Amino acid sequence: MVVYIGFLAIFLFFAATLYDDGFLTQRNLTNIVLQTAPATIMAIGLVFALSAGEIDLSFGSIVAVAALSAAVAMQSFGLAVGVIAGLGAGVAIGALNGVLVAYLKLPSFLVTLATMGLFAGIARSMTDLRSIPVMNETFTGLFGSGKLFSIPSLVIWTVIGIGIGHLVYRHTKFGAHVLATGDNPRAAQVSGISVARVRFYVLTICGGCAGLAGLLYAGRLQAAKYTLGESDLMTVIAAVIVGGTLLNGGKGSVIGALVGSLMMGMLNNGLILMNLKVSDQMIVRGLIILLAVAVSLRDANR
Amino acid sequence: MTAEAEVLSLKNIHMAFGGVVAIQDFSLDLRAGEIVALVGDNGAGKSTLIKIVSGVYTPTSGTIRLGGETTSFADASSARSKGIEVVYQDLALADQQPVYMNMFLGRELTKPPFGLLDKARMRQESQTLVDELDVRIPSASSTIRDLSGGQRQGIAIARATHWASKLILLDEPTAALGVAETARVEELIANLKAKNLAILIISHSLDQVFKLSDRICVLRRGEQIGIRETAKTDKNEIVSMITGVA
Repeated sequence: MVVYIGFLAIFLFFAATLYDDGFLTQRNLTNIVLQTAPATIMAIGLVFALSAGEIDLSFGSIVAVAALSAAVAMQSFGLAVGVIAGLGAGVAIGALNGVLVAYLKLPSFLVTLATMGLFAGIARSMTDLRSIPVMNETFTGLFGSGKLFSIPSLVIWTVIGIGIGHLVYRHTKFGAHVLATGDNPRAAQVSGISVARVRFYVLTICGGCAGLAGLLYAGRLQAAKYTLGESDLMTVIAAVIVGGTLLNGGKGSVIGALVGSLMMGMLNNGLILMNLKVSDQMIVRGLIILLAVAVSLRDANR
Repeated sequence: MTAEAEVLSLKNIHMAFGGVVAIQDFSLDLRAGEIVALVGDNGAGKSTLIKIVSGVYTPTSGTIRLGGETTSFADASSARSKGIEVVYQDLALADQQPVYMNMFLGRELTKPPFGLLDKARMRQESQTLVDELDVRIPSASSTIRDLSGGQRQGIAIARATHWASKLILLDEPTAALGVAETARVEELIANLKAKNLAILIISHSLDQVFKLSDRICVLRRGEQIGIRETAKTDKNEIVSMITGVA
């Protein structure tokens, strides 16, 4: 599949050109994986949404609201309430998207475009644009800098997320129903699959994943701010598409999304090591994503 | 024929949408191992009748008996659970999924202890099924979009055969097919009789109707014009029944 070739090509290119800048050091490579963890978790949710023929544009805003909810709740009520508040906010917003799409039959593109703006605004007003520190060390260990058997917790979250995501997507009735719904909703409906329920669940899953991504950001950065997740929309969608998931539904891959996400992370990292200006980084990244998406879609249509 | 062999019995079915009468006073008995063709012009009420039998519509009045017992269908799932399968004109296949997932669409097999999909068993049962019906496809793992129109139709019919215990409804089974493929699918339908299912087929092709059916039921503007035994009628009679022109 194209994503593996692209991944390898970008890796080899940076390995050769940025060898002296430390691209290949274990520290840098680990860093790439740690930095991509939130995006990878968001990508898992998006694989489900796209496969069911829906889209979620609001996950970036959900990340910010979830991280802020967790940080604020943790200040007063401690770890458990903070975690529940963060995940709960994600699931609740996802469920709101789900109800609007599945039961009020509004198109997910427009619904999530609206909730993206709505919750970006709510994230800003929640703390008056202020950043909220996250001091709880158990939390930052669990969702950020901690280690288990010397494996960083962000790597563990990535592995668990991808493992569960892949299992549900490929090996459960729900996964099969998601694919059938995205592939041919009428066929799914007449086969007794509740298409509305599938649509509700995939958007709720998207929200839940974004909520977890928010916790991971808050844990790693030891703070929550309204800007979290803001710049992930393009990267995550690109990672998922490059990873072999069709925008129109019916086909996708959770493992592919992981590779796509790592590829995007590697790209960010390499462009920074190349000492490009931020504006140039954005331009180059945009062009490479365009190329990658075009190549993957050509491959998918064949 | 004995009463025991009667699979589906429709008696005085009446269907109105608001003030518009779609079906009036329709009665038909279907027996096991029998193919009945439903013919009529566009708007004659064939689709409405299919939807009544498959549980999508509930008739305004009249009785449906299945296997001798009076029944009613809350929805399409309830008709399906009672052994009635429909092969839709658009086939209702998920094109990007493999054959075996389509065969078990909405009724996937799982295995203990975690309730994960039993893909191996679905693949193997699908293969057995297509082999048995002689639907020639590369394998049960093939993706639907890589198959020809005739092969897809074969998959849709095989799926219905697998799940139907009483009745299969076929809606225009060969409308989209070429000559050779039509012949293959007709052969397949004729073979279904051996499975002792009742088959109700809608077709615009009178050639096909005469080739396949045991009896022909004619509808015109919601009215049941009559039922003829295929062996005892001819195209002229059926055409004049359909059009109302003697």
